[in-house]
Amino acid sequence: MSAPLDAVARRAGEWLRGEGPLHEIVISTRIRLARNIRGYSFLLRATAEARAEIADAICAAIRKAAMFDKYVNVDVGELDELDRRLLVERQLISRQHAEGSGARRVVFDHTEAASLMINEEDHLRLQVMRSGLQLDDAWKQIDAIDDALEAHLEYAFHAQYGYLTACPTNVGTGVRVSVMLHLPALRLTGELERVVHAAKDMKLAIRGLYGEGTEALGDFFQVSNQITLGRSEADILDDFRDRVIPRIVEYERVARDALIRERLHALDDRIHRAMGLLRSARVISSNEALQCLSHVRMGLHVGRLHSVDLRTVNELFLQTQPAHLQKLQGERLSGEQRSVARADLIRARLSHN
Amino acid sequence: MAWLCSRCNKVQATFHLTDIARSGEKTERHLCERCAAEEGLHAIEGPISMAEAIEKFVIGPKAAAPLQNLVCEQCGISYREFRNQGLLGCPNDYDVFREVLAPLLERAHDGGTHHVGKTPKSLGIPRTTQQDVRRLKRLLAEAVAAEDYERAAELRDRIRKAEQP
Repeated sequence: MSAPLDAVARRAGEWLRGEGPLHEIVISTRIRLARNIRGYSFLLRATAEARAEIADAICAAIRKAAMFDKYVNVDVGELDELDRRLLVERQLISRQHAEGSGARRVVFDHTEAASLMINEEDHLRLQVMRSGLQLDDAWKQIDAIDDALEAHLEYAFHAQYGYLTACPTNVGTGVRVSVMLHLPALRLTGELERVVHAAKDMKLAIRGLYGEGTEALGDFFQVSNQITLGRSEADILDDFRDRVIPRIVEYERVARDALIRERLHALDDRIHRAMGLLRSARVISSNEALQCLSHVRMGLHVGRLHSVDLRTVNELFLQTQPAHLQKLQGERLSGEQRSVARADLIRARLSHN
Repeated sequence: MAWLCSRCNKVQATFHLTDIARSGEKTERHLCERCAAEEGLHAIEGPISMAEAIEKFVIGPKAAAPLQNLVCEQCGISYREFRNQGLLGCPNDYDVFREVLAPLLERAHDGGTHHVGKTPKSLGIPRTTQQDVRRLKRLLAEAVAAEDYERAAELRDRIRKAEQP
């Protein structure tokens, strides 16, 4: 079962190419839709038989639509822990889906731009990822996937409340738009508060990429909508496209320019020290690697570093994470062994550039 | 500052209450644990959920009490269970728990009470562009107010295109 996943570990998803509009600051755009099948309880109250029936009904609908012909259908419950973790690191499934129980699956396309989680918190969670800021393109695809499935499934829908979801915080459109941002300069200049305000003004949530705390690792932040009832999908996309993201991107650009203008030596020192550390370390934790890669990524974008290509750096963000490292090594590794393997991998990838 | 219980005047008060009357007048009371219990007051243990907060402060304890025992006939979940887990048992719960859920939804969705947006095709609700046009017009007004004429022109073109039969 894990054969297709071995191949997965070796490549990077389409959304990590480091391309797309505003890619120097916007890492990725993700849209998720929550849907449930009419006539069944939500998963909290669904029997094992009902869960299996729900999964079968959704898989049958997937088989009927030609657009899913090349998708991979994986039984998440049958995967070992490492493979589940791998899918989480690639954002193909949520941590909750990986750690859940009972019949549950994930169906994704080979570019990893789209994935369908079956029996997560809701019966069906659709997800589309894009590189850079590509809200409309991502919406177009997820809307089409939703339509294709709906032709063969009857969704739980309420005249007043819209698409019904297990958690009332998702009811209505069931849409969650999340934009991942790389904001190293704002962090260095201590101006992240501005970003938090920009997001809060529009009732959007902001959190760090890895870890739930307020202190984000590696300068990555995710902005996502909280309101799903009373605002249309188009309204939500407008907020991101026209208001919040351009504002945050502008703050980061101004901060980067200010660093170049006023603190060039300090900035160069950060960037080149990070590169030096990555090229020399023999033991490196994932947090330290993430922070150094973040500064190297910024160095490439502000034109202060040329000795490495962006794609390599983007791939390393993923491949230095625990499950990816172990998959690439082909064996289970302890935390200490991983730190050695991580340092080896980084040196090997950065020395040829 | 340590307070003596204002009821028994013997023990240190651990409950600090501020009653706000309709007139806006505030009355402070300080009670010890025993006196508080005798008055039917209990400490809130641990972080309280949004559902709990709404129920305590919006609906009020009197109204909430019978709702606690509401049970959905279809999935068997009680309102109390939903409150503890934060997840509903089945689509029917949205109607069964409507009275308690409505204020919760409104609060969680910043005043949103009705779905706006995509609907399943099978329901036959016509997907007119009216909603789009209304939205674009609102954005146009905002762009004009912000003197962003480049954007206003772009929006005007999008509205024209959307209004074409």
